[in-house]
Amino acid sequence: MGVSASNTETARRTISRVLVANRGEIARRVFATCESLGIATVAVYSEPDAEAPFVLDADEAVPLGGVAPAESYLRAEAVIEAAVRTGADAIHPGYGFLAENAAFARAVQAAGLIWIGPPPDAIEAMGSKVRARSMMEQAGVPVLPGAELSSGSDTSAEAERVGFPLLVKASAGGGGKGMRVVGEASGLAPAVEGAQREALGAFGDDTVFLERYLEHPRHIEIQVFADSHGNVVSLGERECSIQRRHQKVVEESPSPAVDPELRERIGAAAVAAAEAVGYEGAGTVEFLLGDDGEFFFLEMNTRLQVEHPVTELVTGLDLVRLQLQVAAGGELPPAARQATLRGHAIEVRLYAEDPAADFLPQTGVIGSIHLDGAVPFCPPSASRGEDEGAILRLDSGIEDGSVVSPHYDPMLAKVIAWAPSREHAATLLASALRAAELHGLINNRDFLVRTLGHPAFLAGETDTGFIGRHPELSEPLLGVADLPVYAVAAALAGMGHRGREQRATGGIGLAPSGFRNNPSAPQRVEMIFGGERREIAYGLSRGEIEASVGGEALEGVVLHDEAPYPWPLDLEADGVRRRYTVATYGDDIYVNSPRGQAHLQLAPRYPGSEEAAAEGALVAPMPGKVIKLMVGAGDPVEAGQPVAVLEAMKMEHELTAPATGVLTELRVEVDQQVDSGAVLGVIEAAEPAD
Amino acid sequence: MLQTRIDTGSATYAENREKMLERLIKLDEQLEKARLGGGEAKIERHHGRGRMLPRERIELLLDRDAPFLELAPLAAYGSEYEVGASFVAGIGVVEGVECMISASDPTVRGGTSNPYTLRKSLRMQEIARVNRLPTVGFVESGGADLPRQKEIFVPGGATFRNLTQASAAGVPTVALVTGNSTAGGAYLPGMSDYTVMVKEQGLIFLGGPPLVKMATGEEAEEEALGGAEMHSRTSGVSEFMAADEVDLCRIGREIVRNLNWRKRGPESRGAGEEPLHDPEELLGIASHDLRIPFDAREVIARLVDGSRFDEFKPSYGTQLVTGWAELFGYPVGILANNGVLFNEDAEKAAHFIQLADQVDTPLLFLQNTTGYIVGTDYERRGIVKAGAKMINAVANTGVPKLTLMMGGSYGAGNYGMCGRSFEPRFVFAWPNYKTAVMGPKQLAGVMEIVMRGGAERRGIEVDEEQLAAAKQAVEEQIESESDAFVSSGEMWDDGMIDPRDTRAVLGIALAAAHGAEVRGSRQFGVFRM
Repeated sequence: MGVSASNTETARRTISRVLVANRGEIARRVFATCESLGIATVAVYSEPDAEAPFVLDADEAVPLGGVAPAESYLRAEAVIEAAVRTGADAIHPGYGFLAENAAFARAVQAAGLIWIGPPPDAIEAMGSKVRARSMMEQAGVPVLPGAELSSGSDTSAEAERVGFPLLVKASAGGGGKGMRVVGEASGLAPAVEGAQREALGAFGDDTVFLERYLEHPRHIEIQVFADSHGNVVSLGERECSIQRRHQKVVEESPSPAVDPELRERIGAAAVAAAEAVGYEGAGTVEFLLGDDGEFFFLEMNTRLQVEHPVTELVTGLDLVRLQLQVAAGGELPPAARQATLRGHAIEVRLYAEDPAADFLPQTGVIGSIHLDGAVPFCPPSASRGEDEGAILRLDSGIEDGSVVSPHYDPMLAKVIAWAPSREHAATLLASALRAAELHGLINNRDFLVRTLGHPAFLAGETDTGFIGRHPELSEPLLGVADLPVYAVAAALAGMGHRGREQRATGGIGLAPSGFRNNPSAPQRVEMIFGGERREIAYGLSRGEIEASVGGEALEGVVLHDEAPYPWPLDLEADGVRRRYTVATYGDDIYVNSPRGQAHLQLAPRYPGSEEAAAEGALVAPMPGKVIKLMVGAGDPVEAGQPVAVLEAMKMEHELTAPATGVLTELRVEVDQQVDSGAVLGVIEAAEPAD
Repeated sequence: MLQTRIDTGSATYAENREKMLERLIKLDEQLEKARLGGGEAKIERHHGRGRMLPRERIELLLDRDAPFLELAPLAAYGSEYEVGASFVAGIGVVEGVECMISASDPTVRGGTSNPYTLRKSLRMQEIARVNRLPTVGFVESGGADLPRQKEIFVPGGATFRNLTQASAAGVPTVALVTGNSTAGGAYLPGMSDYTVMVKEQGLIFLGGPPLVKMATGEEAEEEALGGAEMHSRTSGVSEFMAADEVDLCRIGREIVRNLNWRKRGPESRGAGEEPLHDPEELLGIASHDLRIPFDAREVIARLVDGSRFDEFKPSYGTQLVTGWAELFGYPVGILANNGVLFNEDAEKAAHFIQLADQVDTPLLFLQNTTGYIVGTDYERRGIVKAGAKMINAVANTGVPKLTLMMGGSYGAGNYGMCGRSFEPRFVFAWPNYKTAVMGPKQLAGVMEIVMRGGAERRGIEVDEEQLAAAKQAVEEQIESESDAFVSSGEMWDDGMIDPRDTRAVLGIALAAAHGAEVRGSRQFGVFRM
């Protein structure tokens, strides 16, 4: 407890204007607390973020210019200059970008500004994994065997010493960037090479770190908080075991695997870790928890975590507010020093990514994001009320019409539920997500709903192998067999929409929809779903509705309501009555019901003019930069053979040959930026063997 | 606001409804016949060639959910020719424009024109001309039905004259060629403002390969002689070449969109609320037995916007109901029969028509009359002059007229209430309607009196048996000739309709009538009568 207590010269200062050196939901999160405290806010933003909600939320905003992080949010000088220009007296770094950059923290302080984060020395100490490990070992915190690779290291020897399976990861930074699992020696070299490249790209430092890899551990982390008055406290654990590609997907507090005795021990280890580096402010000490209750120090994140809301909801503490208080030299309040965990909170991260296509990130425009009853950045104290009412919280950086660009993380929002029990929280969160309107981009919502309702999840069996063990999680909530009634709802809504427009014009527009005195065919529309073009036939005849999909009639279709075209549609079919809301964006149609969301595409009524992509075309699945080409023009290729590597959304994506044959055309070079759908090359298929 | 006095539990209502439903089953049967064209085998063969049926083509051309009012669907009923006369036509909305859309039916005798086809297509051209409706025609016709060429050839020339005169009058014409368009048929696309041909499907030539061979000995190949490629690239007979029929409809819509069409009549002004009373009840209202009158207000209450009807001169000439209402938001003056026309009714009609002319308001005639009253008293009071005033007004009014046959249409009542000869923009008929110079019984009775009189003058004994047989024969003949299906087959109306569709049909027709300027004639001030 001695390290932080030595910092006695800290004087109380006042924070009246905070600049957030970050973007998206975390910027909005910080602004929300500032606003509640009457503190003025300043945003900085890159070119693609000029219209982003967080920029409009702030009292003032300063453009940084640039597109890539290196040209915008990572420009430390420009950020400090923005603070000086606007008269901000403190900088909050959020997470990512400059949050764990000690040099930046020092520069902020040197400019006479308050750094809302830990002391730069602590960042530095924890920033180097090797140094952190040895400090932790000295402090008596259990660690996993590992080794850092700098230039000149004997990679194989180090790997042997650590033991397989092992993890290769960037020394700097956190999150999943540059992480790779290597099962045996043969896979070591390419993994190290890849990790170095990504580390260099993301953090400007290609040092990588090898570490023993536990097969299916749980990921348990302790939220610690320290002030400059010698107080270091644990605010309990979060379990973040459900991950894919080392990115957390579901986070909760408390962990079903942690009992009070274990909580006490891990908490003490985390406090010891924080004290060892003279920590102040909010930090997270991550541990791996084995089946046997043994835990190992993984790393310490010297910042506010993405998943901080679950801790907020179970402790009732506003962690951003505590950060501001501590940064101003204040002492942690009694509520924080004597925090207890109450009820249960679960957070899920909504990503624009396709679970059916190996979680491929998606970019584009969000049509609508709407969760009934969700409170944006809701004050954590709400969970401390007398009533045991549940809470739904939405921390989102986007709003209807926002653009998800390829330049940043594709996280759309965090949705957090608090309830007295874990099962209650999981059920509430699942049903809210299921009914949510999330239009515009393919996302992992269905995946999250399936996860939250999975018997293994509800039983608390949530180690890091959870997603890998349960491929059924990637199944959409609504299967193709469920979709016909949604397609009919969409067709009837379309009819209603056109009917309203036509009636407004009067005259012949007042004729009944699709009127025929000699009826030869029903009204029709074609939609694409389940990968097929299907005809939806519908019609109103003397008050009766008939509808069929792909030639199969729906039984007992009734539109309940006085109005001819009610909204939302109160539609009965096959003996079940439900409310459907229908939204269209160009040819994309979204139909929501309490059962989930269906995405349908209106097929062109007069197809044929669009030229299809050539067969054998190697098409970029998303915008990105070509960083590697494995074959050249004229080379023979096998179907499935890796041909190129595309870097997009901060991830490397391998593109494989769509067919066996010869790469007759190569249209790109390394380092070339390409758009989604761009043809990178053409493979002329070999003649079939028979 | 019209109230209803209908007793839906009454025996009359039930009987009317039952008989009407029987007639409607027959109507459905005949419409199905029309849809089946040349029959299932021909349809299958046509589909097998990758081609669409006429109504399938029209469906694809129309705006989504748009109405299509098929006209004269029962043409040629009761004749030696197929119901529908191998030609489909009607009013539909394409790119927001009300168009006259037609399509020959190639499954019926190769889409050849018979005398009924010709009459139907000339009527459609007339409708397009007077209502200023751009026309879009799917052309695939083997030309004239040769055995009947003498009835078609000379009058058929009007088809081509009409096309170019429509063009000259600023009513555009579009030909979408889906198949053969030979000889005279070549002038259908030839005289149209726009011609589109389907690649490797549409053919246009004055003479096909056999005729060319006969005429000049040249061995011509079809595609080179008149294919879409040749006409689109070389002759310029075709403005656009469509990849297939779907593409053809796309191009057809594009052409209509670029007409930048503006109707010349005023816009609809009202909200066009549905009537307050259920149109289903019309089935029980319309009399099965035409000797039993029914109150036309019950029909109006199920026809006009919000069932609002402001009656004109309600206490004078009470056999004719006159008044103002709105239909699909358009103001309209209504004249409706409640029975035989007396002197006062005829004069009220003449007065009312002049009032509509004065304020450029279209007129709707609801016919159910046995004609003008006869008898010494009425003749002395000048029923002929009174009827003449009414017929004069109907004939010379400048505003658009619509006529609905909802019961009897006999004698000069047919004329005074704007029958076909008085050029209403549209005439529609309910299946219970009957028309003739007089009722079959009256006619047979008149014949009997005349025959007895003749026999008496000549001093011959009347052969009672012969007279009874002759009387029965003429009664049957008139009965069958006055039948609504026969009339519709002869195109004395523009379509037999289900009474429940009356509002939609008349609304669409009234909207179409506003394509042309709506202007009454104003030669004198209104003569009060």
